[in-house]
Amino acid sequence: MNLSELLITFPEMSKESLRMFRKSVDGAYRNFSREYGDAIEAVFDPVLYFLVWFEKLLQSSPWPIVILVILILVYLGSRSIYLTIGSLFALLLIGYFGMWEDTMSTVSIIGVCTFMSIGLGIPIGIAMSNSDRARATITPILDVMQTMPSFVYLIPVVMLLGIGKIPGLLAVIIYAIPPIIRLTDLGIREVDKEVLEAADAFGANKRQKLFRVQLPLALPTIFAGINQTIMMALAMVVIASMIGVKGLGQPVLKAITNQYFTMGLLNGLAIVALAIIFDRVSQSFGKRLQQHRSGSRD
Amino acid sequence: MISTKIKISNLYKIFGSNSKKYIPEVRDGMSKDELLSKYNHVLGLDNINLKVEDQSIQVVMGLSGSGKSTLIRHINRLIEPTEGSVLVDDQDITKLNKSELLEFRRNRTGMVFQRFALFPHQNIIDNVKFGLSIKNIEKAESNDKAMFWIDKVGLNGFEYKFPNQLSGGMQQRVGLARALATDPDILLMDEAFSALDPLIRTDMQDQLLELQKNLKKTIMFITHDLDEALKLGDRISILNGGKLVQDGSAEDILLNPADDYVKNFVKDVNRAKVLKIKSIMNISGVQNNSDSFVKVDDNIESCLPKILESENDLNVFDDNNKFVGLISRNNVANILKN
Repeated sequence: MNLSELLITFPEMSKESLRMFRKSVDGAYRNFSREYGDAIEAVFDPVLYFLVWFEKLLQSSPWPIVILVILILVYLGSRSIYLTIGSLFALLLIGYFGMWEDTMSTVSIIGVCTFMSIGLGIPIGIAMSNSDRARATITPILDVMQTMPSFVYLIPVVMLLGIGKIPGLLAVIIYAIPPIIRLTDLGIREVDKEVLEAADAFGANKRQKLFRVQLPLALPTIFAGINQTIMMALAMVVIASMIGVKGLGQPVLKAITNQYFTMGLLNGLAIVALAIIFDRVSQSFGKRLQQHRSGSRD
Repeated sequence: MISTKIKISNLYKIFGSNSKKYIPEVRDGMSKDELLSKYNHVLGLDNINLKVEDQSIQVVMGLSGSGKSTLIRHINRLIEPTEGSVLVDDQDITKLNKSELLEFRRNRTGMVFQRFALFPHQNIIDNVKFGLSIKNIEKAESNDKAMFWIDKVGLNGFEYKFPNQLSGGMQQRVGLARALATDPDILLMDEAFSALDPLIRTDMQDQLLELQKNLKKTIMFITHDLDEALKLGDRISILNGGKLVQDGSAEDILLNPADDYVKNFVKDVNRAKVLKIKSIMNISGVQNNSDSFVKVDDNIESCLPKILESENDLNVFDDNNKFVGLISRNNVANILKN
């Protein structure tokens, strides 16, 4: 082999060894999932029960009551009568076009994903804000979670847990949790140093500082993270439906494969309507939190 | 008897990653600039020795970068010293462990900050209560205490407002009430009035002096404003480049400035307003029979008309109307000349 040939063709590993490499990794993972798949699935059982219960609750309760509850939450969050009326019309249209059940499925999975993201993300964000080393370790992981195409991590999840709600839930959380972690970290780090020094001067310990000063002052930023997380979870609805999550994603998927334009459009618009409601409510709630927190100087 | 409340001995602070290593060289006289250029470490405090009397107002003065804010943060150890000791009532603060230090901060010191550092998410009463809630004091009791101090600083009716709804002067009153609410015996005030406009600043100074009459706290007050220092300070310490260049009463500093830095500081001060008759009168001399007299503790300015009108020397009386000396126009002229 002469030099010019060496420069043109990349010195790649042989086809045979690459095949062996893939085979051994896949085999090892398959063995692992055969061995521990059931145990790991069992860990998620409580979440699954809750998810199923919540979905049933939304679907089997009389629709006027569900709408009423949603409208009350919308009003409490946004304090805007226009948004409440808009939400009412959106929900009525969704029901009229026969998408009520799917919408409730989507709401339930988005709700559970959001709560789990908050429950996991805020403590991780706090840990990150506490130590630069934790931050240096977690940040690249979050980068991978946000940029890795979701189909790629769906493969091992499906291999491990099969098709269904839990793998979908995991896929959505992996994709949607980074903003809340990042913004919790940012919010805590951004708290005014002088205010922290004042807390120190009065003898506050770490816990007291965290719960009385840092978290309350970081709350508006954390809420921006929650808003982002909800939006990203909604964006995953269609992909999650590919692995068996019920909801508005499935008709969209059906519409793609069968070229049902109207069906796709209607369900797509239902997702958009949900997104707008979630976004406006959480944003205006976050804004209200901000009211007195913007520094002590006039 | 005057007792010492805070005793700072051989205190050094060097900022940098390897600060302990350079102490010997600093002790041998390495200057701040040398330390910075040679080792890239910043000399914050250079061998500070200072005693603060119990129940007095100790002013620490200096230009920015002189180390005064660093010094005050050593009293409650918001900044760790590199070497030296800080005794409060014979207890070495630098030796306290973590929980002892928290207890010390909760019970013994209160601090007021230049830019107020109020908690923007809490209303005024919760701000004032902060130190009490950290100590887990019962709600009813801490409420009462907070209301008492809010009343004391004249913020009645503002309890449920938020800091950003108050003017600067009012915010600093909250800061003062917050510092006093835990009833500490030491009050640390870091340029507490510097961010306020002049009229409000004078107001706050008067209020502090008025409060101090009854409270009798040991107050360490940082300022860069000499007039404020002279007005408030029982004693004044002057820092330059991390070194304590002079420590004394207002009179000492005006009459015997230790070096050019201090001289420069005091040159624009209206001496007649600050100095008292006793620091310029003649102790020798015989009482004359004129009716006109001045008191030893009057400041010169308020006696100027009397002194200038009188042909002869004026009698000086003490508080018990006993003759203690004479004062002449020459005495006044001399002090105003330099």
